[in-house]
Amino acid sequence: MDFINQHPVLVVSLVKIAVLLFVVMTGLAYLTWFERKVVAHIQSRWGPYFVGAHGLLQPLADGLKFLFKEDMTPPASDKFVYILAPFLALALALTAIALIPFGPPSVRVLGQPVFVVANLDIGLLFLFAVTSMGVYGVALAGWSSNSKYPLLGGLRSSAQMVSYEVSLTLSVVGVLLIAGTLNFNDIISGQSGYYLGFIPRWHVIPQIIGFLCYITAAIAETNRIPFDLPEAETELVAGFHTEYSSFKFAMFFMAEYANMITVSCLATILFFGGWLSPFPDSWTWQLYLPGAGLILLGIYCLYDTIVSMRGIAKIQFAVVTMLCLGGGAISLIPQVASVIQGPFWFTTKVIFFLFFYVWTRGTLPRFRYDQLMNFGWKLLLPVSLANLVITAFVMILPSAARHG
Amino acid sequence: MVPFFLFFVCALLAVAGAIVLIVAWEPIHSALSLVLVMMALAVLYLLLGAEFIAAVQIIVYAGAVMVLFVFVIMLLNAGSEERTNWSKLAKVAGLPLAFFFLLAVAHFLSRSAVGANIANGAGAVSNAGVSTRALSVALFQQYLFPFEATSILILIALLGALILARKDE
Amino acid sequence: MSVIPVSYYLVLSAVLFGLGMVGVVFKRNIITIFMSIELMLNAVNLAFVAFARAHNQLDGLVFVFFVIVVAAAEAAVGLAIVIMITQNRQSLNVERANLLKF
Repeated sequence: MDFINQHPVLVVSLVKIAVLLFVVMTGLAYLTWFERKVVAHIQSRWGPYFVGAHGLLQPLADGLKFLFKEDMTPPASDKFVYILAPFLALALALTAIALIPFGPPSVRVLGQPVFVVANLDIGLLFLFAVTSMGVYGVALAGWSSNSKYPLLGGLRSSAQMVSYEVSLTLSVVGVLLIAGTLNFNDIISGQSGYYLGFIPRWHVIPQIIGFLCYITAAIAETNRIPFDLPEAETELVAGFHTEYSSFKFAMFFMAEYANMITVSCLATILFFGGWLSPFPDSWTWQLYLPGAGLILLGIYCLYDTIVSMRGIAKIQFAVVTMLCLGGGAISLIPQVASVIQGPFWFTTKVIFFLFFYVWTRGTLPRFRYDQLMNFGWKLLLPVSLANLVITAFVMILPSAARHG
Repeated sequence: MVPFFLFFVCALLAVAGAIVLIVAWEPIHSALSLVLVMMALAVLYLLLGAEFIAAVQIIVYAGAVMVLFVFVIMLLNAGSEERTNWSKLAKVAGLPLAFFFLLAVAHFLSRSAVGANIANGAGAVSNAGVSTRALSVALFQQYLFPFEATSILILIALLGALILARKDE
Repeated sequence: MSVIPVSYYLVLSAVLFGLGMVGVVFKRNIITIFMSIELMLNAVNLAFVAFARAHNQLDGLVFVFFVIVVAAAEAAVGLAIVIMITQNRQSLNVERANLLKF
């Protein structure tokens, strides 16, 4: 239509935003399922199992439960700030995802890149800006609940977030020095190529200390175990979101998981090559990897359907099987396979990071608050700073030696 | 057309935020409206092509300095302000006078050589704006001494705040 | 593609500066006074950036950078002082901190 041809940016952006929102919200919901399953298996038990085959409908049940709960507001609270806080947290968490490139910018529709909503030249700075603003959601929630535990939890949580934000930013500057640009797509393009022909030139190899600092600061920034004292159940009831019920609590929950996803996406982009594949381009069989993976998954689901499912779970899992096999078959078509190559690798790396997050959650005990602050200021910050100085030194050394 | 629309929306938000800042009873509402003003100003900086400054404004000013303000308000449990009636003279004569003064300033500014600059296209920086690289080159070569001086200033502020906050033992 | 004249930005900067000044003069809560000072600094930043764009020079932006840094340092120390005064006076009202008038 004429309108679409005259305003390609607007139309394509709207479609991208709608699709991205849908995908991210579904991903959030199933991230909760993933976390409960993995933590359960670490603790030698099954996770959600009964609400749908293998507990796959559990997020739906949880969502419905949150919607139908009674929505109470503490009487003496500041109403405006009380309602603002969860909206702010969720809005900021979802805004950050708009910057993330899921695939190469060469795939275009109507002249607009398909896999990134906003390809900013200062993408990384903007992401840090959004992360900085995320402190408000926590602080305001704690304060407006007008109660001791949330106030304490909110103060501690926001102090922790502010402290680890500095280390987060510094640990990334080493990558910036190597990449020379703040644009995500350019940072990823700078990681193409291979050392010795088969080791990918990802930034994690020269910046391994930066990567470790980043991961630690990121776990602290998103308030996850082992850094989640301010919201641990045995310590502060539920921290800053104690007084929130029903949908507002669900918004905080979603904001925390969205922050997790954002930080994992950032880790893959900066350190692990984003949508680049780890195998050299000459190995053309890697095009069929997504399709093969999906078909294998479909075969496993088929086996499960036939052998172990009973009753309605059998029907649900049969649907899942057909989706997997269908998706796998579609992904084996060469045109489709070359397009989904980028997102496939990106998603795989992000899922690996999320698994790492959930793994540490199930394994490690939590820090005490003073240990946490000590660690952030006295260990992590000097190490990130030292990483930055050493990186700068190493980068400037060849040209300094040349100029004498 | 879009820049004009964006400019007016952000200008309106900034002025509304400033008015709420000076009119609100609760300090926390003032703090939140100041954050709104800073975000509106960040968008205006983006309109003016200063991307790095917009990002620094949000990261440092709205994301750290204002968080400090919010912390202090929360810690001190700052309550509502006492309500007073501002003097009648201020309300009756002050507001119209301020409005006319503003009109005079706007008139003279738009007539002057300075104000007509962008409209002529005279200061035609490319619409892409100032790159971070150019800004950092200026910062580290031409303005190196002020840069180092501000870092010492921050160190002094850090030490000062630390000493002030320490309990006497 | 139309561009916005510099005078629009300068008028906005003047309005914000004036409102900040009103806040400093008329408010009683010391933290609100502090925030009005920050508002004035922001207005000045806007004027700097507008002029930098008008004259096509970077110096305005560098100065904005320094103003932000100095404002951050000032906020840190100022708020520490405010906390100490409040612990002594038990009130955030500026008119109660008039000890010199004893």
